[in-house]
Amino acid sequence: MSEKNTKVWTIAEAANGKLKSVSYELLARGRSLADACSEQLVSVLIGANVSKAELTTLIQHGADLVISVQDPALEAFIVETYSNVLIDLVQQMKPNIILAAATNNGRTLMPHVAMRLHTGLTADCTDLQIDLTTGDLLQTRPAIGGNILATIKTPNHRPQMATVRPRSTQPLPADPSRTGHILQISLKPELVDKRVKLLSFEAETADESNLQDSDVIVSGGRGMKKADNFQLLHDLASLLGGKVGASRDAVDRGWARYPQQVGLSGKTVLPKLYIALGISGAIQHLAGMKTAETIVAVNTDPNAAIFQVVDFGIVGDAFQVLPELISRLEERKS
Amino acid sequence: MLKIIVPIKQVPETGNVKMDPETGTMVRDGVVSIVNPLDLYSIETALMLKEKYGATVTVLTMGPLNAVKGLKEAIAMGCDDGYILSDRAFAGADTWSTAYALVNAIKRIGDYDLILAGERATDGDTGQVGPNIASGLDIPLATYVRKVNDLDLEHKTITVERSVEEGIETLQLPLPCLLTVVKEISYPRLPTLRGKKKAKTVEIPVLTAEDLGLNREFLGLKGSPTRVVSTKSPKVTRNGQMVTIKDDQDVIEAVDALIAFLEERQLI
Repeated sequence: MSEKNTKVWTIAEAANGKLKSVSYELLARGRSLADACSEQLVSVLIGANVSKAELTTLIQHGADLVISVQDPALEAFIVETYSNVLIDLVQQMKPNIILAAATNNGRTLMPHVAMRLHTGLTADCTDLQIDLTTGDLLQTRPAIGGNILATIKTPNHRPQMATVRPRSTQPLPADPSRTGHILQISLKPELVDKRVKLLSFEAETADESNLQDSDVIVSGGRGMKKADNFQLLHDLASLLGGKVGASRDAVDRGWARYPQQVGLSGKTVLPKLYIALGISGAIQHLAGMKTAETIVAVNTDPNAAIFQVVDFGIVGDAFQVLPELISRLEERKS
Repeated sequence: MLKIIVPIKQVPETGNVKMDPETGTMVRDGVVSIVNPLDLYSIETALMLKEKYGATVTVLTMGPLNAVKGLKEAIAMGCDDGYILSDRAFAGADTWSTAYALVNAIKRIGDYDLILAGERATDGDTGQVGPNIASGLDIPLATYVRKVNDLDLEHKTITVERSVEEGIETLQLPLPCLLTVVKEISYPRLPTLRGKKKAKTVEIPVLTAEDLGLNREFLGLKGSPTRVVSTKSPKVTRNGQMVTIKDDQDVIEAVDALIAFLEERQLI
């Protein structure tokens, strides 16, 4: 490994001028890798309308250098343009490691870039370590529906690229005394790809938005019996400051929408608290939620597979437990 | 007429997976394979466009020769023809190497207006090969597409809705382009009798590394930038506290115990 190629980069994400929390989570991951090999940690922001004060928070959360490429032409995430910009930066500065968030945009940009740089990319990592003798990044990720944890490396290609699940790590506390530099780079016009146009954007206000960003998820399955009964889940979720998820069964029956689906063909979630109501726990569902910090389930079937992964299980009827639990939590609030 | 290519993958049926301890890759021999469930949605999208605008739909897969079964299933649903990339040299390919082969196969198949891919495969679960292919072909890409709003054949553009965490983007892409679609887009149809008859007789050309003039350095396990170093099965079982409700009084006690548990973990 050449001496020069040893910078650790993380890709920041912003919306409406505000950095997303995953930008800081990535810095916490990157900081431990950069410290392990005594290297500089760089946060790269491609976008628009992010103030210098906002960029400074990246330094407070662990970055030594912030590279900012901002331009009105970068306001919309157009993968072709973002990919051109990132590749251009990589070719100039030769980072050793690039980490991005496993968000819809991160999971679009990174494979686009990795293909052209002819290098390895590992999706959705839950653990990252460095092999100090080779400089190889050891990237651990769940595969095959979470049945297997694979550790993957990219021995002969650089940079080593990985996406990291949002909320799989805590940001470092902000340290206003940390110092670093902000490098503003202007957008080269030839990097703008005008083929794709963003015509409009509609913010999701519905309950299911950002399921993966929620600390608490209350999910319902076939045992909820009908769509109307999901109101109980919404009531419980709002008392706990959480969101409502669903099993595939419930989504297929039209009781919940696809963005709410947790599991192999839906979303993988890592909340602090996951409450499963009337969900039997098919392996496909477990794959999407079994790494939650705390799991609670209510199911009438004592042999339901969900009980194998719970921290607290109630064998009983969700329609008895839910109203009681909701009224007790309401009492506590008042 | 509009030409659509749908790359699909055979995946092991869940709960039936073995790993090779030497290479850390999946043992595919003797495992029941199915069409990646998320690819059924890209097939369905292609067939919906075919009905609405008229199109030929070509399915493409890479894998052992028995993966032809998946192509025939797609043809039974209404796709027109299929190609399989099959060669010992492809074994153990990671996403980069897989995309390298598929990009070259698509170039060989020739003219196309649209490539429709599933969001990801349920085995590898990376969602990388779709974006890789668009990047390799240098055609515009939209991922996580939940709806096709309009296809303008005169101006050769397509307008789609793309899901992101914060909401829904409406994007306009020129053809040819690649879309990866999510489950929300449609509900996959069943094979038809007519389709099944066609699938029985249809000839599926096999493309090898040599046919495509591929660089051997870039193929299979050896040509993959990533290496699996080790695998382990995570322990999933937790020995949780269990409460059983038998009568109404138990409900109150169960909820008491649950609230005490949530308090202890500082979750409420």
